[in-house]
Amino acid sequence: MKQAIRLRQRPLSPHLQIYRRHVTMVMSILHRITGAALYLGALLLAWGLVATAWSESAYGAFESFVGSPLGKIVLLGYTWALAHHLLGGLRHLVWDTGRGLERAGANAIAWGTLIGSIMLTAIVWGASHLIIWNS
Amino acid sequence: MQTPFKRTQGLGSAGAGTGQFWTQRLTAIANVPLAIFLVVLVLTLAGADYEAARSSIANPLVAVSLVLLICSGVWHMCIGMQTIIEDYLHRPRFKIAALILNVLFSGTIVATCLWAVLKISFNTPPFL
Repeated sequence: MKQAIRLRQRPLSPHLQIYRRHVTMVMSILHRITGAALYLGALLLAWGLVATAWSESAYGAFESFVGSPLGKIVLLGYTWALAHHLLGGLRHLVWDTGRGLERAGANAIAWGTLIGSIMLTAIVWGASHLIIWNS
Repeated sequence: MQTPFKRTQGLGSAGAGTGQFWTQRLTAIANVPLAIFLVVLVLTLAGADYEAARSSIANPLVAVSLVLLICSGVWHMCIGMQTIIEDYLHRPRFKIAALILNVLFSGTIVATCLWAVLKISFNTPPFL
């Protein structure tokens, strides 16, 4: 017999949709997603640096993209992704020392990652608007 | 009493041991101050004209910090993406193709960004 015939559904191990949403789970998933987003965001950094090295008109094109509504949304997302991934990374470094793994501590730093990332994003964008208004 | 050579090396079946785990932590720690530096740099460049942006990047402290950020950051993201690929892509053809593309993409980003920073640095009149 070359092929095994499956007469009945075999049990599958539980996957994402089985589990109740939990803050540590969501922050873990977001850590991956923000990491992947920053991976693509490296293209933006490369574009900015190359444009500055290339010519004044290339720099102008980059600046007008960054200043456009779409560019601002991308930059806002980049800021939040960077803040979230940075705080999530610090959380992992704390975990590496064996601390913060118990349920209450893990939940607390997971919420801290989310709230802190939003606060950091607000601070950075507040500062950017102050700088642009004052210039 | 003898211990097999492979056990004393502690490098496991893949031959790399915990090197990748260690490098991910090392670059993570380096990325903390470097990412904060990048945000501050971008804030100071908000609305800056071309010459101001160039002379700012050409500043030795800024240029060297950018070089460090590019190296540490891209190394970190290359390892991270490799982990994602290994976790989610199981068909050997796709997996190997993605692993190769990941390294090629990361290498291209490093080379391009370093070229840009060095060109700006070397093309700008002496600092001070």
